[in-house]
Amino acid sequence: MALSTVWVLAEEREGKVLPITLEMLAKAREIADNVEAVLGGDATAVAAELGAHGVTKVHATGDLAGALPGVPVAAAMAAAIEGGASPDLIMFGTTYDGRDIAGRLSAKLDRTVITNNVDITVDGDSIVVVEPVFGGSTNVSTKFSAAGPHLALFRPKSFEPAESGGGPAEVASLSVPDLGNSGGATITERHVEEREGPSLDDAAVVVSGGRGLGESDKYEMIEQLAKLLKAAPGASRAIVDAGWVPYSYQVGQTGKVVKPTVYLAAGISGATQHMVGMKGSKNIIAINKDAEAPIFSIADLGIVGDVHKVLPKLIEALQARG
Amino acid sequence: MNVVVCVKQIPDPAEPGQLDPETKTLKRDGKLILDESDSYGVEMALQLVDTAGGGEVTLVSMAPNSEVGGIRTALAMGAAKAILVSDPALAGTDSLGTAKVLAAAIKRAEPDLVLTATESSDGYTGTVPEQLAGLLDLPSVTFAKQIAVGDGKVSVQRQTEQGFDDVECPMPAVVSVTAGVVEPRYPSFKGIMAAKSKPVDELTVADLGLDAGSVGWAGGQQEIVDVSAAEARQAGEIIEDEGEAHLKIVEFLDQLKVL
Repeated sequence: MALSTVWVLAEEREGKVLPITLEMLAKAREIADNVEAVLGGDATAVAAELGAHGVTKVHATGDLAGALPGVPVAAAMAAAIEGGASPDLIMFGTTYDGRDIAGRLSAKLDRTVITNNVDITVDGDSIVVVEPVFGGSTNVSTKFSAAGPHLALFRPKSFEPAESGGGPAEVASLSVPDLGNSGGATITERHVEEREGPSLDDAAVVVSGGRGLGESDKYEMIEQLAKLLKAAPGASRAIVDAGWVPYSYQVGQTGKVVKPTVYLAAGISGATQHMVGMKGSKNIIAINKDAEAPIFSIADLGIVGDVHKVLPKLIEALQARG
Repeated sequence: MNVVVCVKQIPDPAEPGQLDPETKTLKRDGKLILDESDSYGVEMALQLVDTAGGGEVTLVSMAPNSEVGGIRTALAMGAAKAILVSDPALAGTDSLGTAKVLAAAIKRAEPDLVLTATESSDGYTGTVPEQLAGLLDLPSVTFAKQIAVGDGKVSVQRQTEQGFDDVECPMPAVVSVTAGVVEPRYPSFKGIMAAKSKPVDELTVADLGLDAGSVGWAGGQQEIVDVSAAEARQAGEIIEDEGEAHLKIVEFLDQLKVL
């Protein structure tokens, strides 16, 4: 038996729905008779795209006037639910705003929120979500045991997006109630850090560097190699924390989840945090000095060697091929 | 300015994690240490109090068994005191229950600012900061990479997918701090000695006026139904580099037709 109605938190940038939203919509259609979206913002630009992915109705707050979305969107959802809307399940993506809104809504509704999921199954009244732990080596399945609406966060790239061929979604206004003391966090300016080359989300090849590079200026080798392979450059959390590259480069649990055709990890030992973010790659190449590094347990091609020797030669060989 | 920092004491991440076969949750019966993610919040708080020229840093933590190992580390860094909610009833508490306990403890400290990590290194749910802010009815900013305080408000650089946003927020507020934004200080010998005599106020769930049924296993709204090994990825070919390994990589990339 399928669920009656599922809400999916929709997120968009510049009029385009984020991939994580489309991924969740595909799964939502499988488990529910009716899929609706909630959007913190104006839905005019995205109603057609959401409809094409199976959304019948999008509940949109309208422009949030620079407010961080956590408080107003959660308050609006809670007010709608208290007013009689009754989604069985609300799906959120593991994104900055997704986590904020889910956390706030959890406190408002006094409902638990289960995070980091990669799958969900529905069997009768029972909704079970699956979360990988220990770097993805173990799956924990958890059932919601209290009354709904149930709140769950899903990791990017857990499901395949698929169009349903539906017409534009109906847009319904979702009003934001008085936020009282909790409102007031306001964005005063946005800063975009330019990245070179393809994005970690879309690139067929990702080349990542880690602590084994030794010095921050050695990251240039990763960028050079990425350019030659038309790849996206990535990084382990260790070198992001160390300030070598911006956070937007980070691959892993708290960074980007990637699923390229080829993932090349140079000087990365394979902390569970990192493995969670890249083990879905179709092919993995690892270069590391330490033969015992955990990354070798999942690599299709493992090179036990010094990145400072292997990478320059690899770059040279690729340059020679033009 | 008074700052509360939520700190979690976790099993040493250097040791492989294990699930308790009975409860199917993370085993936490060994020595617990200060979650490294929280050390950034502690450092940030110490710097903010220093800049403000007055006030103190109070730690708030919870544990089922009076564990203080991690708290002492943060006290040795310079925090003034700690509130530890310790109660066997806390075993199995989920993120919302955790937020309820922390919120009740934080109310006693009446802080100007509450700092947390963005997520713990063991449970990594990442929802506690917002649940906490929601229960305290405070504004909040998550994923702070820089914080400044002045004129009754906190100015934050909040990390985003594309870069960062400048965010302003009235105080008191809850702010979660990303890892790697400040260099946490090492406790000095003097700090370690001083930490031994700093006050740790140990409270039970009942002391906080909370119903034991709202935390722990009793308050959980979820039930673990299965724990199983994920489909393992097979290791492929592993070779030792003797000067020619790069050719092997080129060959591999050729086979995959990505060149």
